[in-house]
Amino acid sequence: MPETLDITKYKSNVAPDWCPGCGDFGVLVSLQKACAQLEINPKDVMVVSGIGCSSNLPGFFGSYGMHTLHGRGVAIAQGVKLGNPDLTVIATGGDGDGYGIGIGHFIHAMRRNINITYIVMNNQIYGLTTGQASPTTLFGVQTKSTPEGSIEVPINPIELALVSGATFIARGFSGSQEQLSDLMAKAIQHKGFALLDIFSPCVTYNKVNTYPWFRERVYSLQEESHDVNNWEAAMKIARSPDNRVPTGIFYKTINPTYESLDAGLKFGPPAKQRLGLKSEEAQVLINSFK
Amino acid sequence: MESNLEKLSPRKVTVRIGGAAGDGIASVAESLAKACSRSGLYAFAYNSYQSVIRGGHIYMQIRIGGKKVWSQGDFTDFLIALNADTVQRHAKDVTPGGAVIYNKEKIKVDPSTLKAGVTDAGIPSSTIAAKFGKSPVMQNTVALGALCHFINFPFSSIEEVLVSTFARKGDAVVQANVGAAKAGYEFAKENFKLVHFSWEFSDTKRMFMTGNQAIALGALAGGCKFFSAYPMTPASGILHWMAPKGPKYGIVVKQCEDEIAAMNMAVGAGQVGARAMTATSGGGFSLMTEAVGLAAMLETPVVVFNVMRGGPSTGLPTKTEQGDLFQVLGASQGDYPKIIVAPATVEDAFYLTAEAFNLAEIYQCPVLMVSDLLLSEHYETIEDLDFSKVKIDRGQIVSGPTDGKYLRYKITPNGISPRALPGTEGTIYVSGSDEHDEDGTLISDVFTDPVKRKAMMEKRMRKMDTALKSIPAPELFGSKDADLTLIGWGSSYYVIRDAMRSLEKEGIHVNHLHIRYIWPFPAEAFTKMFKSCKNTLIIESNYTGQMERFIRQETGISIPNHLRKYDGEPFGPAEVIQKVKEILSQKQVPELVTR
Repeated sequence: MPETLDITKYKSNVAPDWCPGCGDFGVLVSLQKACAQLEINPKDVMVVSGIGCSSNLPGFFGSYGMHTLHGRGVAIAQGVKLGNPDLTVIATGGDGDGYGIGIGHFIHAMRRNINITYIVMNNQIYGLTTGQASPTTLFGVQTKSTPEGSIEVPINPIELALVSGATFIARGFSGSQEQLSDLMAKAIQHKGFALLDIFSPCVTYNKVNTYPWFRERVYSLQEESHDVNNWEAAMKIARSPDNRVPTGIFYKTINPTYESLDAGLKFGPPAKQRLGLKSEEAQVLINSFK
Repeated sequence: MESNLEKLSPRKVTVRIGGAAGDGIASVAESLAKACSRSGLYAFAYNSYQSVIRGGHIYMQIRIGGKKVWSQGDFTDFLIALNADTVQRHAKDVTPGGAVIYNKEKIKVDPSTLKAGVTDAGIPSSTIAAKFGKSPVMQNTVALGALCHFINFPFSSIEEVLVSTFARKGDAVVQANVGAAKAGYEFAKENFKLVHFSWEFSDTKRMFMTGNQAIALGALAGGCKFFSAYPMTPASGILHWMAPKGPKYGIVVKQCEDEIAAMNMAVGAGQVGARAMTATSGGGFSLMTEAVGLAAMLETPVVVFNVMRGGPSTGLPTKTEQGDLFQVLGASQGDYPKIIVAPATVEDAFYLTAEAFNLAEIYQCPVLMVSDLLLSEHYETIEDLDFSKVKIDRGQIVSGPTDGKYLRYKITPNGISPRALPGTEGTIYVSGSDEHDEDGTLISDVFTDPVKRKAMMEKRMRKMDTALKSIPAPELFGSKDADLTLIGWGSSYYVIRDAMRSLEKEGIHVNHLHIRYIWPFPAEAFTKMFKSCKNTLIIESNYTGQMERFIRQETGISIPNHLRKYDGEPFGPAEVIQKVKEILSQKQVPELVTR
């Protein structure tokens, strides 16, 4: 990737207010770089988030954006995409938002294969509410709400995505920005539902899964000749023990998108259609009730 | 009940068709009501059913008249009993002069249980039906044919409906059904006297539809381009009607994983400029409420229907009630602008739903529409809907920056900030669920700015003052100097109009004040109208008198009399007539509301 990418137009005039050192800075910059690389006009992008530290991202990004409700970003993003499929729709949020309260929308969005990119900044903790266990907190990890250590098995989003029908499944690490912006560009370009789970360390509340913790463990699947079209191989890696953390593309395939199958969209984006019925159309409808 | 009400009128008849779920009652009832609507008569059909797919007891009551029929009525003149249970439950109530029509090869009727003058019309339906096919449903068609004789209907009118209903199933099915109906008709003609109804048939074919169909049709006419829903009785009819229309008219119709998704998706679609609607009942509306507040905060146009059923909790899934007014008024946390409208009739459901999309876009807020099972699921003959009355007003939409920097949430005197749709060049903004500034920047984090917060709250709420200026006043029907004014909202319109007509015939003068626009409440207009009333009675289907309390909250007015119902069944005119007579015959003692 050239060093000279101009990301200015993907910046808003609001400076991020994340904690210094937060992994989300890396995610934001990578997203700006990915959009610059793809030369997407910011007016054609809608970034939709839920609620949480990471969900503040749309405010710092220079496109249209929506900052919505906790766990509902993915549902709203689908409405946005179906309302105007011409927009590039990126849903962003955290692990609590997407894998906890919003997990239902996440699973259904994947099986629909709606053409949106879902970026999850996974820090394995609830940051904005000051440090409770999240759905991806590792077993045994102590948090404010699990003083004896978590006694729940964490959600494995890659595994979940594989069984739910997502057609692009990748993982990044906010400490590996070059790989990350490349993954984002590929996820955005992918036609269908793309999940990009990103380990984005919380420097304030997660004292276990820190930058050094990840740096010791991350490796790139693409450097180990993983076959991204092999679902079983992807599943095997997704279920592998935690001593190594695989990143990169786990799996991708091409399936028809929801939009391409919905006959309600054949006249173009709902948001751009002429409204109102012609009198002949009205008469047909009246007669249908007689 | 008063005996003078209980006799056959030559120009009005009530038919009840009862049996178990799965017996095919609805299709018999629909055929009959449709035949009326196509031959110049009016019908009103109410389906009393249970939350079972097979079995249980259900019935459909159809009232037919030469003039507009306003309700399902109180009494049954003719009963078509499709099982023994129906005979036991309803045969004893059939009006003298009427008949109980049943399959005498399957069901026994003890004639001593019938009122004097009621014809015991047992028909060998199994034998007759067997000639036309194996389906047990064919016996219903035999009974329908027999009924035609009793109520002095020309067979041709039923024949025409059967032909058009079964046309898509092929000639053989059409012939079998017409044959079975004809045989039933002939059998009744040979064995029973007809009742001398004097119908004025005409060539006028009128529309015949449910409230839910009118809601969906209104949405289509009003430019709805996105409809999301999760199935829930009694709102599902809207989804069912919309689903096949999607591909035809370019509407995304999305069944979602839950009502939370349905509402949030509608907000997403509304935000980007697609006219969006979702519909549910009270339970689903509970799940939607957080996103109702979101729509208000983001100033996203969206239309939400709550088709009420008996509550609380799962409550009475297939029964009617108006118990969600407070829920709709109190939906979501915080103070926020919203518009609440309750259509009264099928026609209203069409026009007000279409208008709801205008209100949502003009005021950029959620429009909460309130219907109920009775309004949404009953069938009614109506005059042709006038689509030319449906106007599309999208409110203020800008196609680019006007003067300097575009401010999505610009503070304006009327509270309305011109909207730029995502995709527009030069107007990029972020809509925040947190409190935000005029340009959308969140002001909640780190340091909440009290001055800006106050200004933004006032800007949003000012839209309600603006809306109030054009919100129509409640409507008064009937003479201004009536002795008693019946106040209603939503579907109680029907029973009030029905009772009023009967009372007028008896020389009792009542009029009708009806509330359609609930929020912002046109309190001044209501108060003025109320003050001109001699005495008032409010009629609503709930336990606590929610509209009555709401009116007191908004105006300080205590309505002296009320009639409430919460047994799941719709009001019948006799209940209203009795209450009116009680009030007018007694010296008025104002009731103390204790609950």
